[in-house]
This record gives sequence, C-alpha cells and structure tokens, in this order.
Amino acid sequence: MTPRPPLHLALALDGAGWHPAAWREPRARTAELLDARYWTDLVQEAERGLLDFVTIEDSLGLQSDRLDGPDARTDRVRGRLDAVLIAARVAPLTSRIGLVPSIIAGHTEPFHISKAIATLDYVSSGRAGVRVRAGSGGAEADLFGRRQIPGITAADLDRPEVVALITELFDEAADYVEVVRRLWDSWEDDAEIRDVATGRFVDRDKLHYIDFEGRWFSVRGPSIVPRPPQGQPLVTVLGHGTVPYRLGARQGDVVYVTPRDADDARRIVEEVRAEQAAAGRGDETVHVFADLVVHLADSTAQAADNRARLDERAGAPQGSDALIVAGTPGELADLLLDWQAAGLSGYRLRPATIPHDLEGITRGLVGELQSRGAFRTAYEAATLRGLLGLPRPANRYAAAAAGSTAAV
Amino acid sequence: MSRPTKQIHLAAHFPGVNNTTVWSDPAAGSQIEFSSFAHLARAAERAKFDFFFLAEGLRLREQNGRIHDLDVVGRPDTFTVLAALAAVTERLGLAGTINSTFNEPYEVARQFASLDHLSAGRAAWNVVTSWDAFTGENFRRGGYLAEQDRYERARRFLHTAWELFDSWRGDEIVADKDTGQFLGEPRPGAFAHHDSFFDISGQFNVPRSPQGRPVIFQAGDSDAGREFAASSADAIFSRHSTFEDGQAFYADIKGRLAKFGRRPDQLVVLPAATFVLGDTDAEARERAEVIRHQQVSGATAILFAEQLWNRDLSAYDPDGPVPEVDPLPGENTISKGRASVRMFDDRLATARRWRELGEAKKLSLREVVIEVTGRQSFIGSAATVAETINRFVQEDASDGFILVPHIVPGGLDEFADQVVPLLQERGVFRAEYTGTTLREHLGLELPG
Repeated sequence: MTPRPPLHLALALDGAGWHPAAWREPRARTAELLDARYWTDLVQEAERGLLDFVTIEDSLGLQSDRLDGPDARTDRVRGRLDAVLIAARVAPLTSRIGLVPSIIAGHTEPFHISKAIATLDYVSSGRAGVRVRAGSGGAEADLFGRRQIPGITAADLDRPEVVALITELFDEAADYVEVVRRLWDSWEDDAEIRDVATGRFVDRDKLHYIDFEGRWFSVRGPSIVPRPPQGQPLVTVLGHGTVPYRLGARQGDVVYVTPRDADDARRIVEEVRAEQAAAGRGDETVHVFADLVVHLADSTAQAADNRARLDERAGAPQGSDALIVAGTPGELADLLLDWQAAGLSGYRLRPATIPHDLEGITRGLVGELQSRGAFRTAYEAATLRGLLGLPRPANRYAAAAAGSTAAV
Repeated sequence: MSRPTKQIHLAAHFPGVNNTTVWSDPAAGSQIEFSSFAHLARAAERAKFDFFFLAEGLRLREQNGRIHDLDVVGRPDTFTVLAALAAVTERLGLAGTINSTFNEPYEVARQFASLDHLSAGRAAWNVVTSWDAFTGENFRRGGYLAEQDRYERARRFLHTAWELFDSWRGDEIVADKDTGQFLGEPRPGAFAHHDSFFDISGQFNVPRSPQGRPVIFQAGDSDAGREFAASSADAIFSRHSTFEDGQAFYADIKGRLAKFGRRPDQLVVLPAATFVLGDTDAEARERAEVIRHQQVSGATAILFAEQLWNRDLSAYDPDGPVPEVDPLPGENTISKGRASVRMFDDRLATARRWRELGEAKKLSLREVVIEVTGRQSFIGSAATVAETINRFVQEDASDGFILVPHIVPGGLDEFADQVVPLLQERGVFRAEYTGTTLREHLGLELPG
C-alpha cells in the first residue's frame, strides 16, 4: 500500500476571524487588532500547532462587503495594517512557520514587492511567501489616481466586458509575478565574492538585468536585494474560476480553491492540472489547497450552535466564497482526508473566530490528524519550500549563463 | 548669560553602499543577513540612542556602463527590515529612507502608519526625491520628472500623506461588543486630494497610529531642500559635520523656521558623522589612517577620479601622480545611480586643486583621494570624542549626530560602551529612555 502523501495545513488570518460577528465574541481581542502582540500571539500559536504557514489578508482599501468599494457599515471590523509589515514584525519571534502576506498586484510596484518579499525571506531565514491578489477597479484605483478602471459589482461578474476586464487584471498580475520572480533570480547565489585581491565585492557577471517589457510596466533590474535564502519564495493565488486558476498554474506554487464537495474538488484539481500542463509546468509541483471556513467545538451540536449564534448576532447567515464547516475536530479531519483523495494536497483553514476556532485547529484538529498518522509531529524542514516538499529552484539566469558558456 | 545645557541626540546609521563601508576586513559581517541589522540596533538601544537609520537603494550603481563592483552591493527593503527590528527592540526609533518619486502617497502612508502601529510609535520617514530616468527604469512611472519639479512633488507627496495620516482622528473605533457597533461613523478615513501631482480619493484603511504621523526627516542640501525641511520636516539629516560648516548650516536652517511659523526646537539638526576610537588620541589617529586606506583602495581611487574627470581613467596608476589630462565637461555619463557626482560643480578647477595638492605634498592619486574625500568626523580617545561631540552640540553646530560606523555589524559597539557612558556622566545624554515614542525621544510634540 502506498503511504498517504503528506497533508499540508495553512491558517488564514484576518482581523478577529472570518465570521463578521467574530469580534463580538467574549474572548476576541478586539481592541488589539492593530497591535504587534496580537499578531505575534496568533502566529506563535499556529507554530505550536506545526502548521505549514499562515497567510495574512490585506486590501488597499477599507474592508467592505462590496466588491467595488467601501460599504459604510459600522458593525464590522474596519481598518487594518499592511500585511507584509505584519509578517516582518512576527518573523524574528517565530522560527519554523511560513509567513505569507497578501499583496495587491494592481497599482503597486513589482520592484518594491520583489525586494520586500526577498527581505522577508532574509528576516525569516527562508520562510517567506506571498499571496498575490489581482488589482481591482473602482474605489481601489481611485486611491492611487493613476488610471481609471471601472468598478465591478457582484451582479456584473458574468457580463462579457467584465469577464474581459477581470482577465486583463489577472494578465497584469501574471506579468507582475513574472517580474517579481525574475528579480529574485537576478542575483546568482554566489554573486557576492568579497575578493580582497581584486577589490571586488561582487562578481558583476553574476548579476543580471531582467529587461522585462510588458503592456503595463517595464522593469530593467537587477534587484537591489541578493537572491533570497529560498531562491524563490512561495507564490500563492486564490481562485474561484478558470482565469485565476490559470494565473496560479502559470506562476504559483500553491493555488487556493473553494470546492463545495469532494467531486467539485476533483473537477477543480483537474482544471488546475490542465492549465498547469498548458503552461508547460506539468512536471513541477503546484499544490492545490481547498479553503474552508471552520467552526470547531467538542460536539457537532455545539459547533452548529456557535455558528447559529454568530449568524444571529451578525443579522444574517455568513456569506462566504469558501465552504463553511461546523463540527468536531474529528469530523473536520474526516472531511480533509476524504477530499485529499480528490487530489488536494492541503487546506487553508479560515478560523470563524479567533482565538476559539484557531485553537480548535492548532490543538483539536492537529491532534486528531496526528493520532491518525496524517500530520507531522515535528517540523521536518527549516524553510517554507522545504515544508511543502518544493526543491530550491535553479536560478534561471545561472542556467542560461552556464548554457551559453557550454555553447562556446 | 548661560544657556541651559542641551541634551544630545544620537542615532545609528546602518553602513551602506558607499566606499566608507569596509567589507574587506576580517571582522566585516553580512550586509544582508538580519542578524547584522539586529546587532547594530541592539547596540544602539543598549546605548539609549534615539533611533536606528536605514537608507534605501532602488537601482544598483553603475560606472562606465557596468555595475559598480568595488563597494558593497545589495541592500534590503527598508520597511521590511524596520518592521522586523521592531520585534527585537523596545524603545529605539526606526527611521528609513523612502523615495517620493517612485512611490505613491496612499501606499507609503499605509506602510508608515502600519510601521508606527507595529512599533508602538517609533517610526520615522526620511523623505528623499529623485528624478533620474536611470532609476525610473525599474518602475511603472519611469523617469519622467523634471529636476526642478522634484521638491515640488516631494512637498505635495508629503502633504498628501499627512492628509491620509490625519484622515483618522483616533476615536472612530468604538468596538462595543454588546451593541455590535464597531465604528462610531460610517466613513472613517475619508479623504479627497486633488493637485497637479496627485488626484486621489477614498477612505484610508489604517486607523490613526500612536505618533499620529511618523517623524519626518529631510536630507537635501540645496536651497530648495532646506526650504522643504524648514517648512515640513521634524529633523534634518545634514552632511555638515565639521564645526564651522555645522554652525553655519545650523544657523541657516533654524533661521528659516520663523517664516513658516515654527520655533527653533521644532526642527532637530542631525549631521551624519563618522568616528574612530583608540585608547589614546595617537592610537585613534593611526587606526583612522588604516581605515582610510581600507576605504580607498587603488581601484576605488581610480573610480573616484573617473567620477570627477567624467572619463575612463582605467589606464592610470593609482599609485602614480594625479592625471594630467583634463576632465570632460558636460553631463556626467560615467557614473550612474549616485547623488554625489553632482557635487563636483567645477570639474576643471577641482582637478587642478587635486594636481596641486599631489605636487605640493608629494602624494599619489590614491593618497590625494584619501586626503580630499574627507577624514572621519571624530578621531580620538573616548574622552576626546565625547568632549568634542558635546562641544559641537552645546555650541550649536548640531543637535546631535547620526553616527555611521565603518563596519558591520560591530562598528558601533566601542562607541556604545565607551563614549556614551562619558556623555551620560556629563548629564548631556539620557541614561534611560524617558518616553516610549520617537517623538518623545526627540522632544517633538504630537501633531494635532
């Protein structure tokens, strides 16, 4: 019998939790959502649970229930901190867990983000990743004022011109990640030589211009940051359809998806694999993780009660792109292992409330999976890529340089 | 009439990509590993310094069309390192350079407001400007900005950022768990800014940070730069580290404040300064000489000369005389990505002075470069250096110094352990932090 492939678990952090009424829970640290201590405590708890990595949500604009701009609601958590800075603030106080902040590819500069994530990889000694969000239009574009992009509302999503716009925003994100990745490779690993005899600090033949020219930006390079410890930090993408799956398949190491059941998971994995093959990456590891919102309790009834009570306090059932699961850690473990057979290699779990459901994951679920031999009992690698079974990639420019030498 | 004794302000600058950073010494550590930044920051905090300072780079320097390889190459992202340093320090201010040309106000404002939250009120922003197409090749915006527009853009950028910082007053979050009201109003952080540089509107998404606004530094030295500092900055990072130069600059910049309705104590003047310590003054002078030779190798001397001559001098011997050939006039095409090349305003006259100096003192090209590119600011025993620094501050050549060690990571240790206790004994430097925010360390008020 073939051994079961390792199961990977990521934790998605956002404010007081993913339920809109989470901040009203008695244990919610609502007054501390902008404090370093809060974020440090959450990531340290995730690390005690041996999770692969945490993601940290972000947005350029104020949080909103609308896609096209602020919603003027006063009953939900509003206001947040830059996710890359949160990850950097937590890095020196953790040692094994991966740190994956969100960035928004529209409007921001790929050169800045590339050096920020490379630096996060240095300050965390090889534990950095990034979740890339495509830009959006409307109110988000107005914050930068550089270009006019129409806003998109949920009702418009199937209109052809909106589909075309979304495709364009994701194409821009693909170019963006291409630049970010090229810049990570723009220094060969051994470029710094400190050769006292010749007085040279670097071997400049091992620094490379990336000369990217695209529709939205051109970037010359090289990066100002030497190649990060992992070579290529982890790139992750959340998708609900073909267009984002394609971005993940072309540029990602992990694609987060939102299946409704095991069959749906199987169909989505097949689609991602097809896109991966079309992108010429059929022989590379691209993890597909399912996103789930989780309510955990000692009994099924208690978990359902918790969910119902939160929904009642919020005034409506929680809307969610990802499936909402309420149950015991054992029931959640059953589901995760069942869906794993559909081709998923892991999950990104969104705790409905923090700290209750977060601890339900790190203490309840993890223990349950360990007792079934389905989850690690100690960190087995020092880098995030290592935890995910991804090799440290060869440098595309070093390979090219070696090739041209060989051809001479 | 005796004036009250001034309290000295001190900061630690992480040594960067200039030739003054000695990388060839066996004691020289990594310029990129976080442990080097943490070491320097912890030394500065142990010595009760006001803040740590990190410069930024946005394009690797080039000379003769090739990447400059003789000095340190490579540096980290400013925000990321400062946020990480907030985790390994408790009181030390965290200051960083962020360019106002190749960024947008909304993003920079949310990064600094986030850093201020994550450091509990220790963030500072050194606002610099840039216009060159060379650096612009790495950015969406490209190098479009006319040189005369750069301070105008910087000024507008900063004022736009202030509108964003001020868009939250600090009392919007109610977070009443019982009633379910999180916000006291539906549109916190609302802003709309329209001028010829920025046309932005919406709601800022970072609630008001502990300092309200980060401390603002300015480093430009031109008349436009000084006006910008006098109108808008909390502190100025100057190059005038000699006594006479320092006094003249200090009087000039403090004299400009009144017309902007500001008091002299609302702008802190902090020149960058270097130092070499020894058990005796004589030993310190010997060490300073050794360090100068480490900083200016023969190859570095040729490169320095090329920046002035604006032509290829690779055929010349650095241990021979200053070249007889004259510099090329016109735009500097030799050296790209450094601000310093613009300092040679009259190349012919400067080259002539170098030749005369070489002939008069019988110096080689390398020795001339060592002579003219500036000696360390403070050389001597700990007692001598402490006394000198105190004299500079008490006699208004500065309000303190941003110290630039010549080596990473241990370059500040001797200063922290030997000079600072002497300043503390004199009662001119804090023995313990009395505040928690950088504004408190620098004696600056919270913005309204």
